[in-house]
Amino acid sequence: MVINMVSQKLDMPTESSSLKKQGNTIPKITTPKLEIKDVGKIFKTKSGDTVALEKTSFTVEDGEFVTILGPSGCGKSTILRIVAGLEESTSGQVLLDGQEINGPGPDRGMVFQSYTLYPWLNVKDNITFGLKLKGVPQKERDDLARYYLQLIGLTGFEKHYPIQLSGGMKQRVAIARALANDPKILIMDEPFGALDAQTRTIMQEVLLKAWEESKKTILFITHDVDESIFLADSVYVMTARPGRLKKKIPITLERPREYSMKSTVEFGNYKEELLSLIREESLKSIH
Amino acid sequence: MIKKWFTPNKEIPKKIYTSVGFITFLVVLGIWSLLSYSGFVNALFLPTPTTVLATAVKLFVSGDILFDIGISFSRVFTGFLIAALIGIPLGILMGSLRIMEGAFEPIIGFIRYMPASAFIPLLILWIGLGEAEKMSVIFLGTFFQLTLMVMDVTKNVQNDLIDVSFTLGAKNAQIFTKVILPASLPGIVDTLRITFGWAWTYLVVAEIVGASSGLGHMIMQASRFLQPDKIIVGILIIGLLGLITDIMFKSIYRASFSWMRKDGY
Repeated sequence: MVINMVSQKLDMPTESSSLKKQGNTIPKITTPKLEIKDVGKIFKTKSGDTVALEKTSFTVEDGEFVTILGPSGCGKSTILRIVAGLEESTSGQVLLDGQEINGPGPDRGMVFQSYTLYPWLNVKDNITFGLKLKGVPQKERDDLARYYLQLIGLTGFEKHYPIQLSGGMKQRVAIARALANDPKILIMDEPFGALDAQTRTIMQEVLLKAWEESKKTILFITHDVDESIFLADSVYVMTARPGRLKKKIPITLERPREYSMKSTVEFGNYKEELLSLIREESLKSIH
Repeated sequence: MIKKWFTPNKEIPKKIYTSVGFITFLVVLGIWSLLSYSGFVNALFLPTPTTVLATAVKLFVSGDILFDIGISFSRVFTGFLIAALIGIPLGILMGSLRIMEGAFEPIIGFIRYMPASAFIPLLILWIGLGEAEKMSVIFLGTFFQLTLMVMDVTKNVQNDLIDVSFTLGAKNAQIFTKVILPASLPGIVDTLRITFGWAWTYLVVAEIVGASSGLGHMIMQASRFLQPDKIIVGILIIGLLGLITDIMFKSIYRASFSWMRKDGY
C-alpha cells in the first residue's frame, strides 16, 4: 500500500507534464473518478494540534462502490466531509474527474446518518429540491420524482410528509433526493447507522439495486463489517485515530448480490480478514 | 381512581382536565365574592363582582372604552410590528452568520437588561408625548428579546440540514430562503406569540405616563378618582385582549404547520 502510494506520487507529475506537452495526441489515460491525494486534517486545540486524519491517498474508479470501514472516531467522516467540500483539509487535494474540488457542489451528492429531509416538504418536493434549484422544468421534475420513487420502492408516498415516514423510508427518500440530482459521485456517511438490523439489511439491498440501475460511483462509510463487504467492490480499512488507510481489500463476490450471500464461505473469509484488521486497530486505540 | 390522578406523568380524562381548570376560576371568583359581599374588605378597595360587571356594561354601552381599546391596540400592534419587522430578519442573520452574531449579540444582550420603562423620560425628552413615544416603549420592551429569541430558533436549525442543502446545489442566499427560513418559521411564530404577550404588559407602562387615552390611561384616571371597579375592568380587558391574540397566533401556527403533525391535520 505504502509503496503503491509512493509510486503513484512519483508517476503523477510526469504523467501530467507529458499530457501538457503532447496535448490530445497521446492515447487517453483513464483518470479515476475520484482521486484523493495526500489529504490530511489537523485540528488546532488548546492542548496542541490533533491529527484527525493522516495524509491519505486513494482513488475511486468510475462506477465503483467503495466502502470505508473503521472504528468510531477514526476520521472516516472527516474524509467524506472533505470530499463533499463541507470541510477543508489542511493538506492535499481532492480531484473529481481530474478537477480539483473547491467547496460543496451538486456534483457530489450526500446522504447523512441523521435524517435530513426537509420536514416542511412532502416526499416528492424533497426528491426534487435540487432539481428545482437547478431550474429543471416541472414536467421533467415530476417524471424524475416518479422514477426515483419507484426505484426506492416508495411509489404512492409522494404526498407524505417526513414525519409520517419510518426511519428506513426517510433514508430511502434521502437516497432518491441525492440520486435525482444526478451527481458524479454519491457520498454516504453511515446512512443506515440509526436503523434497526432488519431495516438495515433491506436498505442495503435497496441501495444496491439503485446503484446497479443508476451506475453511480459511491463512496460509503460504515463501521459495520457485514455491510462493508456486502455492498463493496473494494473495502478500505482505516486505523484508529489518527486516521489512516490501512489496507484495501477488493471484494470479488459476484453481482447482483443477494442477502443469502452473507452466509457463504467466501463472505465469511472476507469477514474474518476484516475483523482481524479492525480488531488490531480497536486494541491499539484502547492502549 | 383518585390515586391515578396524582401519579406523576399519568394522563387523566379530558373531562377532568377541563373541569379542574374551570373550578380554579370559580374558586378565585368565590374568594373575591366572599371578601367583597361580606364587607370584609371595603368596597373602596375591592368592589363586588356585580359592580365590576355593571361598570363594564356601562363602559361598553357608552362606547368610551371601545375608543380606549382601539387606541391601545393600535399602539401595541404598531410598536410590536416594527419590532418584529426589524427583529426577525436581524435574528435570522444573527443565528446563521457568526459575524452578525458577533456584531450585535453583545449590545443587544446588554440593552435588554435595561428596563424599557426607564427609557420613558428619555423618550419624552427626545420625541415628546405623542403616539411615537408610546410605540417606542412597546418597541423597546419587545425588540431585544424578540431578536435574541429568533436568533436562538435559527441557531437550532439542524447543521446537517444546511450541509445537505449545499450538496444539493444551494447557494448562500438559497440556504436562507429555502432552508433556514422555512425550518425556523414555526419557532418564529411561537416567538411572536410569546413576545406579543409581553407587548401588552408594556402597554400600561407606556400609557401610565403622559397619555390622554388608552386602557392604561383609563386605569390611571380611575385610580385618581377612586374607581376600583373601572381599574379591574381595564385589567380584565387587557388580559382578554392578550388571550385573544395568543389564541390567534396558536391557530395560525396550527393552520400553517400541518407538516409537524403525524396525522397531517
